[in-house]
Amino acid sequence: MDKNLEKGKSKNFILILESFIEKYKVPIAGVSALILLGLPFMGFSQYIMRIFIMIGIYSMLALGLNILTGYTGLVSLGHAGFYAIGAYTASLLSLKLGANFLVAAIGGAVLAAICGLLVSLPTLRLKGTYLSIVTLGFGEIVKMILINWDKVTNGTLGLKNIPRPSMFGLKLTLVNNGMYYLMLVLVALITLLCTLLIKSKIGRAFMSIKEDELAAIMMGIKTTRYKALAFVISAFITGITGAFYASMIGFIEPNSFTFDISTLIISIVIFGGMGTIRGMFLGSAILIAFPEVFRFLMDYRFVVYGLVLVLMMRFRPQGMLGWKSQMPYKLPKLVKESLKKNNKDNLKTQQI
Amino acid sequence: MSGILTRNCVATVIIQQLFNGLALGMAYALIAVGYSLVFGILRLINFSHGAVYAFSAHIALLFVGLNFGIIPAIILSIVLTGILGVLIDKTALEPLRMNNSIPMASLITTIGMSNIIQNLLMIFFNTERKSFPAFFDFGMIKFGSVQVNSTQVVMFVVSLILLVFLTLIINKTKLGLAMRATEQNSKAASLMGINTNFVISATFFLGGASAAIAGVLISGYYQIVYPGMGFMVGLKAFAAAVLGGIGVLYGSVVGGLVVGVSESYAATFMGSSYRDSVAFIILILVLIIRPTGLFGKKDIKKV
Repeated sequence: MDKNLEKGKSKNFILILESFIEKYKVPIAGVSALILLGLPFMGFSQYIMRIFIMIGIYSMLALGLNILTGYTGLVSLGHAGFYAIGAYTASLLSLKLGANFLVAAIGGAVLAAICGLLVSLPTLRLKGTYLSIVTLGFGEIVKMILINWDKVTNGTLGLKNIPRPSMFGLKLTLVNNGMYYLMLVLVALITLLCTLLIKSKIGRAFMSIKEDELAAIMMGIKTTRYKALAFVISAFITGITGAFYASMIGFIEPNSFTFDISTLIISIVIFGGMGTIRGMFLGSAILIAFPEVFRFLMDYRFVVYGLVLVLMMRFRPQGMLGWKSQMPYKLPKLVKESLKKNNKDNLKTQQI
Repeated sequence: MSGILTRNCVATVIIQQLFNGLALGMAYALIAVGYSLVFGILRLINFSHGAVYAFSAHIALLFVGLNFGIIPAIILSIVLTGILGVLIDKTALEPLRMNNSIPMASLITTIGMSNIIQNLLMIFFNTERKSFPAFFDFGMIKFGSVQVNSTQVVMFVVSLILLVFLTLIINKTKLGLAMRATEQNSKAASLMGINTNFVISATFFLGGASAAIAGVLISGYYQIVYPGMGFMVGLKAFAAAVLGGIGVLYGSVVGGLVVGVSESYAATFMGSSYRDSVAFIILILVLIIRPTGLFGKKDIKKV
């Protein structure tokens, strides 16, 4: 009985929070935008700004994986592979062909997306854990290609002196905070893309596949096509992030894209709350900042990091912000208008 | 004349590498069995298994360092690693089963556990590579022109005996029967009076113990031990388990041998940097052609 009451309370709390955010949407968005834009002027050191950028990068990676894992229910353990493809392609384009950052990034993202399509082809036959295994193998194979294709990727030595992006004749660096603002723009664009996607017909198809694939097929959703699409979009976002990472860090090698990165991304997605967009930011902020903030724990901090994951799964498996929305469902505009029209018609008939 | 000689050399190398691969593959099979057993019952990829394997090697090294003698050190390592496996299950995974949480939660939990174990190893044993005694090295054995290290023979024979022993446990004992019942349908098994939680813990113990033996064998072979050693070996053993059909014991053996042999051939003929990835290429090819692995059973889904 008590438990039920508590549950009711927590639901209420979420409802209150949500309606509060709904009510003060504009001021909250404005204040957070101001804070984010003003961060570089608050006198943080280079080191802290770098952590902020890393948080942004991992938010993007998590948003990308979230489309696949959070919304479509396909667990990928090889996203470091797409990340690496994006980073290497973009760096090679800008190093060897002198391409602009935007062109290079889109090139990297497109190649990553093509690889995503290739990886998704076995999904026609594989399910659940086996699919995760194939993605895991994909990540390892990408790493192997990077190590062994000496002529192009420079092997284990990696690529050096990757040019920083320059826009409108201005070279963006860490010192003039150009990289930070570029990160903000990219995060905003990707968040927008994800939000629009999830609210569209495609997003609803993704979610139906996650809930029950068989039922989705029965409803006439071409599941294989949508699964492939989820892979492609996810890989595209991850590829763009890889391109940005390469130009931010200036040096990449195969060992920057290990299996640990893949597990870190998926940990962020689950930690923040699968199938939510808000969770990705909090998840990456906590998991990326954690080892830096808890430096005083010294070697024990990675032990604590593991403990956090284990305890989290034990006590809040849906993730930090993984609640279901308590707000009444918002009808699409067209439906609303037609409803209103119907109501008016009804009223007229009643009056007569 | 010289042509014949080189051809002879190539043949020798091929046979030599076959022996290397078979010995290594048997040890992989031992680790793969741990993955396979757990996956069969829980449908869970146990990512902490690689760390468990590294733990076993370090414990053996610790007791050898304390002058316990080789055999007692190995036995202690086996028992303690088995207990570690049970601990992982009891502390982290059993509560999740009680809560009926999503499969992903257990997956992330095992990743977290492997993180904890590996980093604790780093703290207590340092990150550097430590030398491990080659305790079953009795010199080389010659078969014609092929030389086989006695370490490899020991590895092969010990693993083979253990795998037979495990098969007997699973097929002939009451515990094995309970394990198979739990694998088929854990709810029905518990209705039949089987303590499924105990069975699962026993499975983790068996997996941990076999990983410990593999850990001692492989570290005795390479004569090197470090906390991160479990990662790549764990992934490869996992690939072996999936390759043969995860949940099928003899499948793990075949998978382990395929991975071991292909790895040693790749190292000689393509360069050592290909060594670690061949397993995955074979794995993906097999999965595309046969989604449940070579000997895997097909899941029938009823609508």
